[in-house]
Amino acid sequence: MSFRLSYRADPGNPWFSWQYVRDNSDTVLAALREHTTLTLRAVLVAALIAVPLAVVAYWFRPLAGPILALTGVLYTVPSLAVFAFVAPYLGIGVATVLSVVVLYALLVIIRNTVAGLNQVPAEIREAAEGMGYGRWGRLLRIELPLAVPGILTGLRLATVSTVALVTVGVVIGRGGLGQIIFAGFQNNLYKAQIMTGTLLCVLLALVLDLFLVAAGRLLTPWLRGRTG
Amino acid sequence: MNPVSQAVVWLNDPLNWTNPGGILDRLGEHVSMSAAAVLLGCLVAWPLGLWLGHTGRGGGMVVLVSNLTLAVPTLALLTILPLTFLGFGRPAVVVALAVFAVPPLLANSYTGVRQVDPQTREAARGMGMTGTQVLSRVELPLAVPYLAAGFRTAAVQVVATAALATFVNGGGLGEIIRLGFGLSIAVGGGQILAGGLLVAGLALSVELLFALVERLVTPRPLRRARRRAGRRAADAVAGC
Repeated sequence: MSFRLSYRADPGNPWFSWQYVRDNSDTVLAALREHTTLTLRAVLVAALIAVPLAVVAYWFRPLAGPILALTGVLYTVPSLAVFAFVAPYLGIGVATVLSVVVLYALLVIIRNTVAGLNQVPAEIREAAEGMGYGRWGRLLRIELPLAVPGILTGLRLATVSTVALVTVGVVIGRGGLGQIIFAGFQNNLYKAQIMTGTLLCVLLALVLDLFLVAAGRLLTPWLRGRTG
Repeated sequence: MNPVSQAVVWLNDPLNWTNPGGILDRLGEHVSMSAAAVLLGCLVAWPLGLWLGHTGRGGGMVVLVSNLTLAVPTLALLTILPLTFLGFGRPAVVVALAVFAVPPLLANSYTGVRQVDPQTREAARGMGMTGTQVLSRVELPLAVPYLAAGFRTAAVQVVATAALATFVNGGGLGEIIRLGFGLSIAVGGGQILAGGLLVAGLALSVELLFALVERLVTPRPLRRARRRAGRRAADAVAGC
């Protein structure tokens, strides 16, 4: 059966082939799963680091400049170089990909969270103070909820760019869907394989983005009526 | 031997610099393909952005373009373009890199023209300038700081992305890192680290160089206001 399949008259090199997707569904699904879990873990870790840092930058104004500048410099360093810095120490594994991707997600989340916190109107802050809220109470019950749109913008951007960035993990053989794309390139430039990987990447970014938008709508019921 | 001292040893070997395929060769490749890509990006994005800004249309398109390129993996574009009519080799890599240079160039040229004070534009019209004259004599000079900012972002991004050209055998400094990984981390750790340092160093120096250029072409009174406006432009591009 497989003999006959592989020797059909000129298989060609189509841009997309369901045949390929069916025959390799295991590999493709495994790559998709790896890609998705890597992205979700990275964004989660980045958010857990970035939001507290943003709060620190918001509370202590003199620290805002250095924090943003440092993450800005990290953002300038090419991803491949960061892989090169991290891999000799963390080895070839998920930890390396994860730490690189997290570094890049940090800047976007921090910047947008700080912006979100800064746009909390001063009157609201004063009113909360007048009602007897302390620094923490005000942060957790007033300022962070009001900053949700900003945080969410950061998370969305971070998620979309993380999906794209994970593919660079091919350099250590942990690229998720990048692995499919790169294998297609090495398989005599097999277009269907490359396109499958690419389309799934873009699709994954889109799905996660829509998911975050939906989560944002659930979290900010007070904004719903406004934009219609 | 730990990776850092290995890297120092590797960088101190003169042959690693001057051999065919050594650091100097790779650096030349890296810089030349980045320069070509940024140039190509400018040729496409600047006229388009200036014109869109002049007519005041297409703001949504500018945001759409930058969001789309954010979602497409660099690696995918680098591997797909050689399969098209561009063929395998340098042109395909340059075009792929140029695609990533377009969003910052486009967005900044668009914003640069849009931010011109409407009264200035009215005054120019009132003096009898035609549409093209308003664009070339009033809006363009006032947009120069924005163009410079976009150019800096684009150049840094392209230099960073060019490191990935090695995956499609496009050369550049990324090659050093990939070959190092090919040697396994125990043997090539130093080379990997050294390559990373070179790539990062190049990206940071490009950033510094063009930050300086940006400062030089921004007239002094505009520098303060410009910084705030630049942040707004960046937010607009970020799709807020």
